[in-house]
Amino acid sequence: MYVATKGGERAIEAAHAWLAEERRGDPAVPELSVAQIREQMSLAVNRVMAEGSLHDPDLAALAIKQARGDLIEAIFLIRAYRTTLPRFGASVPVDTARMAIDRRISATFKDVPGGQVLGPTFDYSHRLLDFALMAEGAPPPAPTRDPETANTAAPAPHVLALLDRDGLMEPQTDGAETPPDLTRSPLEMPAERALRLQALARGDEGFILGLAYSTQRGYGRTHAFVGELRIGRCIVEMEIPELGFAVGIGEIELTECETVNQFTGSKTEPAQFTRGYGLVPGQSERKAIAMSLVDRALRWEELGEDNTGAPAQDAEFVLSHCDNIQATGFLEHIKLPHYVDFQSELELIRRLRREAVAAAPQSAAPAAHSAPAPSSSPAPSSPAKGEAAE
Amino acid sequence: MQAMADLSGGFSAPSVDAAHAFRAALEALARPGSVQDLRGATPPAPLSVAAGTLLLTLADSATPLHLAGAADCDAVRGWLAFHCGAPLVGPEAAMLAVGRWEDLGPLSAYPRGTPDYPDRSATLIVECDALDGPANATLSGPGIETRATAPLPDLATLAENHALYPLGLDFFFTAGARVMGLPRSTRTEAL
Amino acid sequence: MTARATRKARPERPAMSEDYNFAYLDEDTKRMIRRALLKGIAIPGYQVPFASREMPMPYGWGTGGVQVTAACLVPEDRLKVIDQGADDTTNAVSIRRFFERTAGVATTTRTREATLIQTRHRIPEEPLREGQILVYQVPIPEPLRFLEPRESETRRMHALEDYGLMHVKLYEDIARHGEIATSYAYPVRVAGRHVMDPSPIPKFDNPKLSGNAAIQLFGAGREQRIYAVPPWTQVVSLDFEDHPFTPSKADAACDLCGAAGSYLDEVITDDAGSRMFVCSDTDYCTTRQAEGHRGRLNREEVA
Repeated sequence: MYVATKGGERAIEAAHAWLAEERRGDPAVPELSVAQIREQMSLAVNRVMAEGSLHDPDLAALAIKQARGDLIEAIFLIRAYRTTLPRFGASVPVDTARMAIDRRISATFKDVPGGQVLGPTFDYSHRLLDFALMAEGAPPPAPTRDPETANTAAPAPHVLALLDRDGLMEPQTDGAETPPDLTRSPLEMPAERALRLQALARGDEGFILGLAYSTQRGYGRTHAFVGELRIGRCIVEMEIPELGFAVGIGEIELTECETVNQFTGSKTEPAQFTRGYGLVPGQSERKAIAMSLVDRALRWEELGEDNTGAPAQDAEFVLSHCDNIQATGFLEHIKLPHYVDFQSELELIRRLRREAVAAAPQSAAPAAHSAPAPSSSPAPSSPAKGEAAE
Repeated sequence: MQAMADLSGGFSAPSVDAAHAFRAALEALARPGSVQDLRGATPPAPLSVAAGTLLLTLADSATPLHLAGAADCDAVRGWLAFHCGAPLVGPEAAMLAVGRWEDLGPLSAYPRGTPDYPDRSATLIVECDALDGPANATLSGPGIETRATAPLPDLATLAENHALYPLGLDFFFTAGARVMGLPRSTRTEAL
Repeated sequence: MTARATRKARPERPAMSEDYNFAYLDEDTKRMIRRALLKGIAIPGYQVPFASREMPMPYGWGTGGVQVTAACLVPEDRLKVIDQGADDTTNAVSIRRFFERTAGVATTTRTREATLIQTRHRIPEEPLREGQILVYQVPIPEPLRFLEPRESETRRMHALEDYGLMHVKLYEDIARHGEIATSYAYPVRVAGRHVMDPSPIPKFDNPKLSGNAAIQLFGAGREQRIYAVPPWTQVVSLDFEDHPFTPSKADAACDLCGAAGSYLDEVITDDAGSRMFVCSDTDYCTTRQAEGHRGRLNREEVA
């Protein structure tokens, strides 16, 4: 005798206990500490902070631990925590020209004032598994920079500023108005660039990467050069009304990418280079480069380019789908019970088939609906429904 | 600190008081013409308890507020600045407004929403002497089972507002600790 | 920085309401949602954009409904949460527990005892009454979305009351299948103006939307929309004169309580494909059984 499923609460508790056990893994293996994750899985921590939109390495590391290394789940934990935090104010814009540089490269010039700095990059590592890491020994110390030149070096100017001086770059002016806040007001279309950049900065790295790649392969191509990619630390300053000036409240690591793109100009305007921009908290250069390509592709309208129908040119498409917390929630929710709707579909499809079968024998061959082989009779073919199930 | 006395009268249990007040406001607007109790705040004169409670429930730094007529006084300004921080504006920029009917007008001065966003329209809190006076209008529309009646000011203006639907203004009429709602969707006719 | 300064050590299982504001959301957020709800009431069926917050449960699990419920709850409320009509489905259990913990409200499985009901995919069988609020969880609030994916376009269509596309779609259904092949999330027109998605309730439930004594509120968290149907509002399921709307259900009676007029779940009971039908509304079914009603597979238990 069928009894309605009871004990949902007990099932949920048991699932959580099992999850906690799986998270811990073999108890004979020492437990990971949050500090270990923060220090040794720093690029994962960076991604969680960037897409979680919260700068807190300890919490990001905790989230990664709690999520068993599932970064999207960790980002979700950070987002849910973030929304409960009070807001004390907004910082003044971060000045990336005053960044304390760890890495800085330009693809457009052999050398630049301030120098090319490789920094801690995978770029020229041969992707050979390093079995020495299995032995858990300390790596040989990296050579340190000459402190004379490292910390006292003049701020490295933006490479694109050099082109700007010659009038070769599209001019870029500081917007005086406060940009809208994606997390405090509903997304509205069409979205201005500040809002688009915000969405991209916290958008899913994989999604932005795929879109950027599609532009390179011709779906909204923008001929991008990496004018400059820089990674380093910037002071965050906040205006204190009582003081009447801004004070530094901390330092965050940022990755910034500026691309130089072709622009043919027009009858009235001589040809000029245009920009794509990417800025991501933490060390996350794949994301920053991808973001700058997508940003540039989204600017087709203001630059008078053709809309070729490429996905990366479609701001509504990109912005509506780049958030991995929204995407994963809605994607995965289809595993929740939908049996009520399914029942209504069952009932509908049975009736449609019944009616079709009842109507069929008059005109079609009697064998049509009973023959096991596929038949050309339109009658029993099930009506494909276009509605998406929620 | 000596201003403290003037700034009293906020919610004593903010989240629960606001929750009760909202439910009263929701019932009022969802059942046009019905009168609900609305209390929790004790604002300075000339604001009624209901109007003050409604403002603490709905207004904050994100809702430009227009004070009309006698409501625009130092005591009210100071109280609102302390309790909800709503920026004070003229009617053309207001999302909320409070005052007596004759001081609030003309209604055309307020945002009535746009075809794309009809929700971006002002809500007017109309201070009245009483809500239980003799009814002069029949109400019909969403929220009304068959027919409701209410004492309303200026039926012609309210009918014009309804004619703008789905654009238009929404109203709360307040007196003492009582509130009555009149959304733009309600058709009003002289009794 | 600011996070560090304000972070409090929070136990993993916080005790009721001590660690969170009443009903979880902060007051700023509740005010924002409440303003949206009132505009929704004033323009029945129109989708009000709201700055949906990230909730501690995934998008798609009812974050919109949860935010609406949180903005409406008072401590005296008695909350009922159903998913597929049942109080004991896991997500209903989870949401109910969330509000027990963060708002400390009493809960119930009885429709008639509840003052606020949050639902996913069903409207209770028992008629609602004045003083009750029904909160729907909504995945895709835009009824035109599957016909036109662009928000900028659908917004314009609502503004111009241009619902031709919807009628074309419904008519194409009739041309192909002989009837309108939409069995749930069946579009409705509210108060003679806005076309609205009633959330994915089976079309069997559509008639209950109209002239309902309760306040009906709809929350779509991921899509950042709130809308409402005030009490006694006319809600009409879209149809054609020669193809009138028909609410439908499985052609059977409940095998447990014998109800002939309630929406039924079909349950497969063995490998041979045997099946039974039971009320999807578990409270309705158990109440009927308690009153002595019996269905086909439940007769031997009559004392």
